[in-house]
Amino acid sequence: MNKKQKKILQRIIISIVILIVVTILCYTTKLNQYVEIALYLVAYFVIGYDILKKAFKGILNKQVFDENFLMAVATVGAIGLGDFKEGVAVMLFYQIGELFQSVAVGKSRKNIAALMDIRPDYANMMVDGQLEKVDPDDVQIGSEIIVHPGEKVPIDGIVKEGHASLNTSALTGESVPRDVKVGDEVVSGCVNMTGVLTIKTTKEFGESTVSKILDLVENSSMKKSRSENFITKFAKYYTPAVCYSALALAIIPPLVLLVMSQPPRVQDWIIRALTFLVISCPCALVISIPLSFFGGIGCASTNGILVKGSNYLEALASTKCIVFDKTGTLTKGVFEVTGIYPSAGYDQNSLLYYGAYVESGSNHPISLSLKKAYGQKIDNDLVKDIQEIAGHGVQATVDGHVVFGGNMKLMKRENIVVDQVHDEGTVVYIAVNQKYAGCIVISDVIKETTKEAITGLKHQGIKTVMLTGDSENAAQRVANQVGLDEYHSELLPGDKVEQVERLLQQKGEKDKLAFVGDGINDAPVLSRADIGIAMGALGSDAAIEAADIVLMDDDPAKISQAMKISRKTLKIVKQNIVFALTVKAVCLVLGALGIANMWIAIFADVGVMVLAVLNATRALRIK
Amino acid sequence: MKKTYKVEVDCANCAAKMEEATKNTKGVKDATLSFMTLKLKVEFEDGVDEKEVMKEVLKNCKVVEDDCEIYL
Repeated sequence: MNKKQKKILQRIIISIVILIVVTILCYTTKLNQYVEIALYLVAYFVIGYDILKKAFKGILNKQVFDENFLMAVATVGAIGLGDFKEGVAVMLFYQIGELFQSVAVGKSRKNIAALMDIRPDYANMMVDGQLEKVDPDDVQIGSEIIVHPGEKVPIDGIVKEGHASLNTSALTGESVPRDVKVGDEVVSGCVNMTGVLTIKTTKEFGESTVSKILDLVENSSMKKSRSENFITKFAKYYTPAVCYSALALAIIPPLVLLVMSQPPRVQDWIIRALTFLVISCPCALVISIPLSFFGGIGCASTNGILVKGSNYLEALASTKCIVFDKTGTLTKGVFEVTGIYPSAGYDQNSLLYYGAYVESGSNHPISLSLKKAYGQKIDNDLVKDIQEIAGHGVQATVDGHVVFGGNMKLMKRENIVVDQVHDEGTVVYIAVNQKYAGCIVISDVIKETTKEAITGLKHQGIKTVMLTGDSENAAQRVANQVGLDEYHSELLPGDKVEQVERLLQQKGEKDKLAFVGDGINDAPVLSRADIGIAMGALGSDAAIEAADIVLMDDDPAKISQAMKISRKTLKIVKQNIVFALTVKAVCLVLGALGIANMWIAIFADVGVMVLAVLNATRALRIK
Repeated sequence: MKKTYKVEVDCANCAAKMEEATKNTKGVKDATLSFMTLKLKVEFEDGVDEKEVMKEVLKNCKVVEDDCEIYL
């Protein structure tokens, strides 16, 4: 609690104590009536003096219809009619409610700040031969900074010395540490867990990943959702409407009764009007809705899902169609060995051994994936006479055997008979001593979580479409394996926009379409779709800028998680709107009929707000 | 030109009123106030002196909600 809150708490306690004392005294001794009234008034002024002051100032400033005014009129009215206890109680509960709200909001503000506690405070830099802590803002591009174990990487850069495991969980929600060595890029915001790193900075602090992310999250509540705008507008008309109704309630029925020559019961109707005023405060709605969205966005951030605005979180809940890019989104975008077909006399290991050794001199992606699949250290002394045969492959002497590795053209040139394989991807044929030894198939692999993610989305009733510039064969293989509803292949970037526009026309008016890409080549599609989602954004500025929702790592399962968070947030928002409006409407009717008294009115105001705020803070803890 | 200011205000409804008041100030093109982050983002008209405009904004905000502060 801050100073202001503590002060209010003190005032609340004091006035409660006075109320208790008065009540006890009334029962035990015959308290003088004037002393009793005086004590009630003391309690009233202790708890409500600031509200009265604000209400008075509001009238001076011609801003009559605010909650201070409502509370002041209602309580002064109650006291004027002799209901001292009710008058003090209304003011007391109102203040308790306000205090509760302010503590709850402060707490969720702090929670989110803690979630996003990735802002580095300093950078270690060598200044005149001495290691000094400097403001990250003062570090120039190309400077060398040192990051010790336990410290955050303050600025994006490249490792110059040392190796370490980095904890990226604050950025990605991913708990598996990332190992970096000399030459690797590191992004700011990661926490160094093991070794000392010397990093050559490639960006200024303000342009570094950590600054961009913080900026994005802090600004996200600026883009307001439709529900928020609705409630702000609603509150603008609601409060004056209820005030005039209260006025009418106090004047018209007594007049009518008078005309009908019956007793007007003025006091009764004024009490009903005051009850109206207490119920009329729109706080519950106005606070609980942005609070829910803020919680939802905060919750998403901890999972490595950055949402750029409440409006996008809202739109995501009504998404009915998700369009995916293929390479780098559904697939890993890197080549891996997916099939090994040894011929007679060889097994998978020996084939991989020859494959890796014959290609050992090259840095081509295919050679790299062969070496990776082989998995053991290459002994360079075993390989001699490496010759690249352009457009065909490689020839080398491996441990005394002449080995060819390459495509079909190479095998034809060397008159080697090969087996036919039917597998998608790039095929590398291997021949040892002029005899066919088998072939290795290399292709882009589907991410481990893709199938699960697509299945999950389909269960939620979402249509999944893949757009790719790749060949029909490759596209079909991926589409069938993961079970997509629709796919379109061999598309140019312009064709992708056309496809998205076609899909946008097909969907229902209120449904939304999301596009998921890696953010590198698909900026036009990202902006054309209702919601652009970029994934694998860690270290890619283009993606962070172009998209509406940014997935920090490249796990497609995060999409259904994001949708879940968005749906739950929206559900909480709707619960709050319906709950608050219903309770208030019912209480207003009961109040007008004279069934609801001041105590029920207090519940309709403060109770509803407390419940709505508690409900809203659930959004922060969506699992 | 856009600028962001830190704000202090206690209730969400008052924040909404301050936003409205800021928007209606001369020289302000658009404004958003986030009650959750207590930040006021103001987009100014071209060629205005933003310091003068912000003085007006503060004055107008004080009218709708006396108990508020904008850190200029």
